[in-house]
Amino acid sequence: MEHNSGTMRSMEYSYWRYALRKVLERRVTLLSLVTVIAIILTAVLAPAISPYDPSKQHWDDMLAAPRPDFLLGTDELGRDLLTRIIFGSRISLGVGFVSVAISTVLGVTLGSLAGFYGGQVDAIVMRITDILFAFPSLLFAIAIMFALGPGIMNVFIALGIVGWAGTARLIRSLVLQWREMPFVEATIAAGGNDSRIIWRHILPNCLPAIIVLVTLYIPDAIMAEASLSFLGLGAQPPTPSWGSMIYEARRYIRQVPTYSLFPGLAIMITVLAFNLLGDGLRDILDPKLRT
Amino acid sequence: MWRYTGRRLIMAIPVLLGVTFVTFVLLNIVPGDPVAIMLEKRADPAVVDNVRRELGLDKPWFVQYWSFVVNALKGDLGRSFFTRVQVLPELLAKFRITLRLAASAYAVAIVLGVSAGIAAAVHHNTMIDSATMVGAMIGICAPLFWTAILLQIFFGLYLGWLPISGHESWRNFILPAVALGTRFAASMARITRTSMLEVVRQDYIRTALSKGLSRRVVIYKHALRNALIPVVTLAGMQVGGLMGGSMLTETVFAIPGLGRYYIEALYQRDFPVVQGMVLFTAVVFVAANLIVDLSYAFIDPRIRYDSEGD
Repeated sequence: MEHNSGTMRSMEYSYWRYALRKVLERRVTLLSLVTVIAIILTAVLAPAISPYDPSKQHWDDMLAAPRPDFLLGTDELGRDLLTRIIFGSRISLGVGFVSVAISTVLGVTLGSLAGFYGGQVDAIVMRITDILFAFPSLLFAIAIMFALGPGIMNVFIALGIVGWAGTARLIRSLVLQWREMPFVEATIAAGGNDSRIIWRHILPNCLPAIIVLVTLYIPDAIMAEASLSFLGLGAQPPTPSWGSMIYEARRYIRQVPTYSLFPGLAIMITVLAFNLLGDGLRDILDPKLRT
Repeated sequence: MWRYTGRRLIMAIPVLLGVTFVTFVLLNIVPGDPVAIMLEKRADPAVVDNVRRELGLDKPWFVQYWSFVVNALKGDLGRSFFTRVQVLPELLAKFRITLRLAASAYAVAIVLGVSAGIAAAVHHNTMIDSATMVGAMIGICAPLFWTAILLQIFFGLYLGWLPISGHESWRNFILPAVALGTRFAASMARITRTSMLEVVRQDYIRTALSKGLSRRVVIYKHALRNALIPVVTLAGMQVGGLMGGSMLTETVFAIPGLGRYYIEALYQRDFPVVQGMVLFTAVVFVAANLIVDLSYAFIDPRIRYDSEGD
């Protein structure tokens, strides 16, 4: 028995080692991983690497074009754009990670319950996902934001609530497959505890799919946060957020066209890096997920 | 086909009820009373009570929901709390504007996306393929409202070719349609390319080519039609995104369509408008998905919905 579990562990170890080797071999995936790590480090080290304080107003330099002391220019209150973009990464990544964590926990829990128990539980969970799929997610997130009020904490909740249905459907289908496997049937026949079977035997096998899904949902959440902030429902002033910076920049496109350029580029590069990383991980970890 | 359509329509009823019910619950927990917003804080409590009674807000929420459902079945979505105008005609008027935007964006997405996808597949592993796919990836990752602003700056302000706001003439819709359409063209190009690459490897394509048919005929007549099913599926799935995207595009280009109507109604806590809008959007969404499913049979005659086990 001990020998078997040792073999299993070494198989798992070699699987993840294989995945890591593949990531290092694929240039695009590696580059996107490095970019994602760089963006995360920028967010973590924001106070140390920013040239100014994000709220510091330079009254003599309002709406300045890019120049050596303000590399990306300033906004309408004379605040340094580079600094605000660096600090804005905290909001975008924070929303990306937290809201996807909420939707993943909800989706994995409900999807595995639906797949494992079937019957009424499955019917209820699937009908709720039908409802969520029958309405555009951005419009639904906006309605939730109005119910909860603007603010970054509520963005976490709104995007978490809106985003779990896709995860639940995928996990349900995977659990349905794994539930029929002889080792799971044997554990059920031996009287194994349901939650232990799900958490210890089925879900570890769904982990590659979950990792891929999380990597692909994070850029969606970042984009959704930017959209909500652009509509004035996300982070509230003076908190720097890329979406709200573009909204503010809209009023000054005649005076400083570059103002709206940089926050948008920041969103695009971040979303691109996560998408490419997700695509690469999908090909390496679970090619079946490719649509 | 009719039986299948009927069954899908019946299945849509609980979904539509669910969507409206969830919105109803959400609206009832919204902090902010529509009557207080309408009358401002200084209004006499007796007047507030009167207005509440008039609008039906004095009744329990489940009674309000029930009367909404019953009236909706009769085609009556109620009146706006603020303008007292019937919601349905107003929705339809706004929908016409949004539809013009969405349809032009769809046209841009299909023409640009499908042709770019075909070009990439036909020139597989060449510069054209790589350039198209890089362009598509950038199109997917660029925020829609940002692309819209860049288009305004370049074509509206710098070149001065096109208007940057309004909805009076067809020229006003060019930039919004391109902004919204390129976003969806990008995913369409990717899926068309993948699907075409799969189809061109099939035996019947090789046979068609070996028969001496021209490459153009094989690609456009034999391969494209078979490669279209995933593209049509994606087009259906994009309806929701298109509605969300329209809202952002309307905000950037100051177009008074459904999106802006929805946001304004939410700000004013105009419950009948929000409820009507949610039901209307869900109906459009469900109908679009049904049309997509039915269109499979036209694209691929092997698909028949009334055969056994459909």
